[in-house]
Amino acid sequence: MKEKLQNAAAFIRKRAIRFGKAVKKFFTDIFGSDSGYISRKTEKEISDYNRKEIKRLEKEKRRKLSPEDYRTEMQNPDNIAEFDDLKTYFYTDRGTVKAVDGVSFSIPKGVTVGIVGESGCGKSVTAMSLMRLIQGPLGQITGGEIRFAGRDGYTYDMVKIPTKDLYRIRGKEIAMIFQEPMTSLNPVFTIGNQIDEVLITHLDMNKHEARKRSIELLTQVGIPMPEQICDRYPHELSGGMRQRVMITIALACQPRLIIADEPTTALDVTIQAQILDLLRRIKTQFDGSIMLITHDLGVIAEMAEFVVLMYAGKIIETGTVDEIFYNPLHPYTIGLQRSKPVIDSGKERLYSIPGNVPNPINMPPYCYFYDRCRFRTPECKKGYPPFVQLTETHGTACWLHQRSADADYENAGTFTTDAATTDTVNTNTANMPNGGENF
Amino acid sequence: MSDKIILEVKNLKKYFVMKKDLLGRPKKVLKAVDDISFTLKEGETIGIVGESGCGKTTMGRSVLRLNDITGGEVVFNGETVADIPARKLRKLRTEMQIIFQDPYSSLPPRMSVGQIIGEAVKVHKIVPIEELRAYVLDIMGKCGLQPHYYDRFPHEFSGGQRQRICIARALAVRPKLVVCDEPVSALDVSIQANIINLLEDLRDEMKLSYIFISHDLSVIYHVSDKIGVMYLGNLVELASKDDLFDNPLSPYTRTLFSAVPAPDPRKKMSRIILTGDIPSPANPPHGCKFHNRCPECMQICKMIRPEFYEAAPNHFVACHCYYRHYELHPYEPVSVPPSTLYVKSRKQG
Repeated sequence: MKEKLQNAAAFIRKRAIRFGKAVKKFFTDIFGSDSGYISRKTEKEISDYNRKEIKRLEKEKRRKLSPEDYRTEMQNPDNIAEFDDLKTYFYTDRGTVKAVDGVSFSIPKGVTVGIVGESGCGKSVTAMSLMRLIQGPLGQITGGEIRFAGRDGYTYDMVKIPTKDLYRIRGKEIAMIFQEPMTSLNPVFTIGNQIDEVLITHLDMNKHEARKRSIELLTQVGIPMPEQICDRYPHELSGGMRQRVMITIALACQPRLIIADEPTTALDVTIQAQILDLLRRIKTQFDGSIMLITHDLGVIAEMAEFVVLMYAGKIIETGTVDEIFYNPLHPYTIGLQRSKPVIDSGKERLYSIPGNVPNPINMPPYCYFYDRCRFRTPECKKGYPPFVQLTETHGTACWLHQRSADADYENAGTFTTDAATTDTVNTNTANMPNGGENF
Repeated sequence: MSDKIILEVKNLKKYFVMKKDLLGRPKKVLKAVDDISFTLKEGETIGIVGESGCGKTTMGRSVLRLNDITGGEVVFNGETVADIPARKLRKLRTEMQIIFQDPYSSLPPRMSVGQIIGEAVKVHKIVPIEELRAYVLDIMGKCGLQPHYYDRFPHEFSGGQRQRICIARALAVRPKLVVCDEPVSALDVSIQANIINLLEDLRDEMKLSYIFISHDLSVIYHVSDKIGVMYLGNLVELASKDDLFDNPLSPYTRTLFSAVPAPDPRKKMSRIILTGDIPSPANPPHGCKFHNRCPECMQICKMIRPEFYEAAPNHFVACHCYYRHYELHPYEPVSVPPSTLYVKSRKQG
């Protein structure tokens, strides 16, 4: 009797487990594994962790610093800004979004650096971190350094710089042009008022001088009848004119660095050509650097001298324009170039990168591009590839090139031992831009 | 592509009344679409390109009779669309569909994907109700959506996936003509290519005709057989793709082409940069609408609006530069001095 009962109990338990599994499978089928559903328990864990982290970081921010703490030295005196292992995280209710995760590059003097990537890859957040415009307390710069060479001869670490010193730099030495000129201009003040404000705050001009200078600046950016435009409100101007006004505001204090965050995305092609022409002209005039953020490879090819490619919060490739466009190394760079429709290309079908950008909260422990990559190998799963510098200017974060770089380094010129691997890698890269049919 | 003409647009006009006088008669009108004509064959794609505010979208909506037209006529499959009574219009809707620009705002947030795609199928009884689910899943498969998305909601998807849902919704009723109103401009480059490829595959598979509206010339070049360039409510040029790109006639088309940045750093282009902005469509300039920005403006352009005529076989253009008959029929001199005309239009613009 007892045995029978035990058997029955075991049977029921087995059935119950199977039923449970079936229910679980049913729900994963409906919601999918990436549905974003999180249990109450994990939710609480996340919010506890976030609270703790934010408290710690905010406390660190409030700490009083002596000038020695936030003044540093440039690694290369020719640079105007250097990003060193910058980390900007957002502590959301669903987990930590690593918007910028270990980004390092530099902006030399008098050079246009283009930052390319899809939406959500962290290119704007990088610029915002430099300007210290990250929305707290959820968004925090958790690590790294941003060195900026100020006009007074000191080099500041923009991550630690106290607010008082920040006000002297932001808007005066670093200026920003935003994407949406309508939302970034104040609708209740006249154009003249908004330009005057910058001059009065930063250059201690009086009202009269400021207006005179504003009109001068407006003429410089090619606005007709600047005296009348000064008294207009933003809504009375067209998109192209508004963007010119934004550029005027950015130029007002002769900044050392202009950050242009998608300056032409909201504009028509003919107006875009005008604005790009204007940007190029003013760059030669004020002899500063431009950090140009865009997703349009055409704009980059035309404007930038140095390109930084970002994907999911990390830099995947850097190089001069020629290197990026004629010798792209990372599979994503190649895919991006091939997927853009080009006039006069004559190709029938566009190459499309399969899949989507991975979920920013749970990034895989291996290369973020692995799931979409055409050249992936099982080895690519062993971790996130480190960034390797292949020539002085050209570098990439990809296991394919990691191996070739290692082999070059170890063999120091002799290709006998590891010839097979280097060979395959080289043919791969050589074939990538040409193998149109099978790509 | 067959030779059957599926859509014929003749002198289409759509005016919006801006101001009315005391008796309710229009006092001031905005000519959003002013005299547009083109034909579209079965399986063909016509690309409409132009700057913002030139009336591309209004044109697309007028063709579908999503707004009433002021003049001209649209003949679809031998029927005049404007004359169809309201109760028959519903039937017509299954044959003409539209894909909107913004996939974030054009999907109902409280309906699941299956409901969104299946609703029109159910209403129009395209398949028996028992086969509805299978039919919707089939369409979803064609558009690259996985079957387990059936019960999900739009907010769970990324922009590219949403645009796929919009495409599936439009194609579920087996249309013959689809108006694609900037279907890729809200998407990232790598996703753009995906959607363009999908649209092209579906066109070949289902024998669709597209009116493809976009401001991006390279996208237009890629998808279209025939391209119309619009400026302030008028077609400026209409020709086959190769004709238009090899031999652009209108100065506006040429500036538009030269303004597109090429993704090639070594390619140095002689760029024509226009001065000024696109004038307000409520007050278009006198004479040729493009004259105040045109690099090749002549005296006549300031006074007389050029006609839209066939300058070369199957290559239509509205520009005085190519008007061969000019010597034969010289225009009468206009009494108003052109300089005042010019100033007036500048002020209005």
